[in-house]
Amino acid sequence: MEPLMAVTIGILFAAAIYMMLRRSIVKLVVGLILLSNAANLLIFATAGMLRGAPPLVPQGLSAPANMVADPLPQALVLTAIVIAFGVLSFAVVLVRRAWEIVRADDLDKMKDTDT
Amino acid sequence: MQYAVLGGFCVAAMAPLLYRWFGARTAGVMALLPAAIAAWLMAQWPTIAGGGTLWREWAWVPGLDITLTFMIDGLAWLFAMLITVIGTLVLIYSGEYLHGHRDLPRFLVVITAFMMSMLGLVLADNLVALFVFWELTSITSYLLIGFNHTDPVARKSAQQGLFVTVGGGLALLAGFVMLALAGESWSLAELTERGEQLKAHALYAPLLVCVLLGAFTKSAQFPFHFWLPNAMAAPTPVSAYLHSATMVKAGIYLLARLHPALGGTEAWVVTLSLVGALTMASGAFLAIQHTNIKKLLAYSTVMALGTLTMLLGIGTETALAAFVVFLLGHSLYKGALFMVAGILDHETGTKEVTAMGGLRHAMPRTALVTVVAALSLAGLPPLVGFIGKESMLESLLAAEHHRAVILPMAFFAAFLTLAVAAIVAIRPFFGGWRETPRTPHEPPGGMLAGPALLAALSLLFGLAPGLLDSLVGVTVAGIGAPQAEVHLALWHGLNLPLVLSLASLVLGALVFRRWDRLRSWLARLEPLMARGPEAGYEASMRGLTRVAEWQTRFLQNGYIRNYLVMTLLVLLGLVGHALLMRQTPNLTFALDLYLHEALVAGLMVAGAVAACVMRSRLAAVAAVGVMGYSIALTFVLFSAPDLAITQLLVETLTVILLVLVLFRLPRFATLSTPIERLRDLVVAGLSGGLITLLMLAVLSGDRLPRISDYMVANSQPLGHGHNIVNVILVDFRALDTLGEMFVLALAAIGVYAMLRFHAEEYEARNASRIWRGDNG
Repeated sequence: MEPLMAVTIGILFAAAIYMMLRRSIVKLVVGLILLSNAANLLIFATAGMLRGAPPLVPQGLSAPANMVADPLPQALVLTAIVIAFGVLSFAVVLVRRAWEIVRADDLDKMKDTDT
Repeated sequence: MQYAVLGGFCVAAMAPLLYRWFGARTAGVMALLPAAIAAWLMAQWPTIAGGGTLWREWAWVPGLDITLTFMIDGLAWLFAMLITVIGTLVLIYSGEYLHGHRDLPRFLVVITAFMMSMLGLVLADNLVALFVFWELTSITSYLLIGFNHTDPVARKSAQQGLFVTVGGGLALLAGFVMLALAGESWSLAELTERGEQLKAHALYAPLLVCVLLGAFTKSAQFPFHFWLPNAMAAPTPVSAYLHSATMVKAGIYLLARLHPALGGTEAWVVTLSLVGALTMASGAFLAIQHTNIKKLLAYSTVMALGTLTMLLGIGTETALAAFVVFLLGHSLYKGALFMVAGILDHETGTKEVTAMGGLRHAMPRTALVTVVAALSLAGLPPLVGFIGKESMLESLLAAEHHRAVILPMAFFAAFLTLAVAAIVAIRPFFGGWRETPRTPHEPPGGMLAGPALLAALSLLFGLAPGLLDSLVGVTVAGIGAPQAEVHLALWHGLNLPLVLSLASLVLGALVFRRWDRLRSWLARLEPLMARGPEAGYEASMRGLTRVAEWQTRFLQNGYIRNYLVMTLLVLLGLVGHALLMRQTPNLTFALDLYLHEALVAGLMVAGAVAACVMRSRLAAVAAVGVMGYSIALTFVLFSAPDLAITQLLVETLTVILLVLVLFRLPRFATLSTPIERLRDLVVAGLSGGLITLLMLAVLSGDRLPRISDYMVANSQPLGHGHNIVNVILVDFRALDTLGEMFVLALAAIGVYAMLRFHAEEYEARNASRIWRGDNG
């Protein structure tokens, strides 16, 4: 599965960067979402992908009996998902404020600090 | 000794405070500092004269082998003595010269700091310490030259001096590093003993070039000589100090210091003697074109610096002895003459020698001092300048390399210098009386004391040169001729140098008589002069500004996507290069995968691509949602239930948020041209490809042991939790989670603030502010 994921993640990154290079701010935000998802997936997949072995300790045992998926990248990605959401909501509201004031969805029209 | 120098910096910093206590007498009080150091140095003379070396060790950065060790041998003693004695006189003089000047405290701060830097420079034994003091002199002299900072000319000259000397300083730093590598030591004393090793080393040529660049820029050697005359924009006490005993002699000091380590090779001899001779001749030639007394003296300083460099290049025993005598003589008479120039400027209100005349009636004592100092400059008996010039000519006659070039240049410089001396001494003081902007009087005692003392010393050492024998002896011993027996004398009998001196006297007198006609004739060379090295400097400064403008326009253009493209391309270049150099990616993989997993991956890609191409916002948001849910599915399939839950929740919230907020915004417009889109596509595609390759490289490499094994083993026993991810978040890495909560809280506050503060309010407030006439 990992080689396929490598290609998938590459495409996600490419899509994210393409969108971040647009002049439209909304597209920039979409690019941001794609980028954070791609990065999360990259961390998750690079640690190795195991089927049916969640990092849980069965009741009555002090440690899992068999090999389980690496819990640390999962914990990191979990944090990242939540933070990305925080950043995204801030960015989205910011875009809306900008739209209300500048009435433009074009980054090139926002070069002045006075508008 | 270190305490004296470092304490001197503290005294410098205290000058404004002292000024509050002592008022106009502050300069005199501060002069006690160099005077005390000079007295201490004098007390050490018996040790030095006996060939001994004083050491004062002080580890500064022991880990890096940097020490603040001071070493006083003959050479260092001579320089330190000149710096402190002339420094004392200059401080007293400047107290009168700048009497009542509003910025006198600032002047005293800087000139004292400069004095201490210079002292540190000549005493330091460690290359790094020497370099630090070297740069300190550049910076403080910049502040001194630009002292009259309201004058644009002074600012420009100060900047020019700084650029030239600091530019050379950079070369010097590189030279020092190579020197330390080649000699395996940072200590000058050790390096001077390893001359053979250094000269045989492969780095010898590049390090010589760098060190010489540093010394030549500092000591205003051709073609870097132009900054020195321009530095005359400084107040006269500064000129007297910087250009007689200190700043410009720093390069000379360095060359002399390194002479035993680097000198004697053909490269050294040829470069130094030719550059020195060229500087000497051009300095003397340029001097006689000027009528401003400070410029006349400045160019004659260039001449003297060239002479000193040339003598070091020749490097024989006689040449080194001539070097020391010339150095001493020049410091004495040049200090005196610059101070006299300041007196003339102060009393008459002009610097033009052609505008003055007959001043001997108004200022007889000044006239006497000037004549004595000028005789020394001219190299006439019985002054010390004569001994210096005679021994210089004697060593030139014995020079081995390029004698045919150097000797005529020296003769040329000698008679022109004689003319300069005559102009400086005779034009203002003799001949008919001329009206000047101010009515001249004899200057106050504090101003005349300095030049009088220096002129008296010139005369004393000229009449009794035996006094200098041991000083010249130990100095010459320190710079490369340990067995030298020095016996200076005024009268050597009728020999070739004396004949040359007599001939130069005749020619010099002729030049002086015809000076006015000669100047108008030389004025025709003006267009040629305009193409000199200074024009090159100006052109390179203009080029620098243009390049800076261009690269700012190109790089700092304000478009976020251009920054992004630039960053990505650099990243691609560096990471891609490193990746492809280090390993060939293994592209053969056993694809172990099920159909439904491939379908989920396909869905993800489809969602991402659709989000890019959709024209409607809502459709784009939906496509993002599809991708997000596919990712959640991936988490489900590959053993990450917590991630899957979080991703589902967050994705749902994201879609709702996007729909709510962006719903009212218009459809996407096409803002970019097809070419731009193609460029972005290429950059994005390359970046994505690089990520894929990186991940494949990681996957094909050896797996390191997992650091989470500890967490897996201890989650239940220590954390009492069965969900390991959960235990990591709230226990093992609880601080991370705390930080995350802070970020979320901040984002929430920001969102709340922005939603509460409506655009209408903003406009209303803006309008009322404009109405009140308050635009801030």
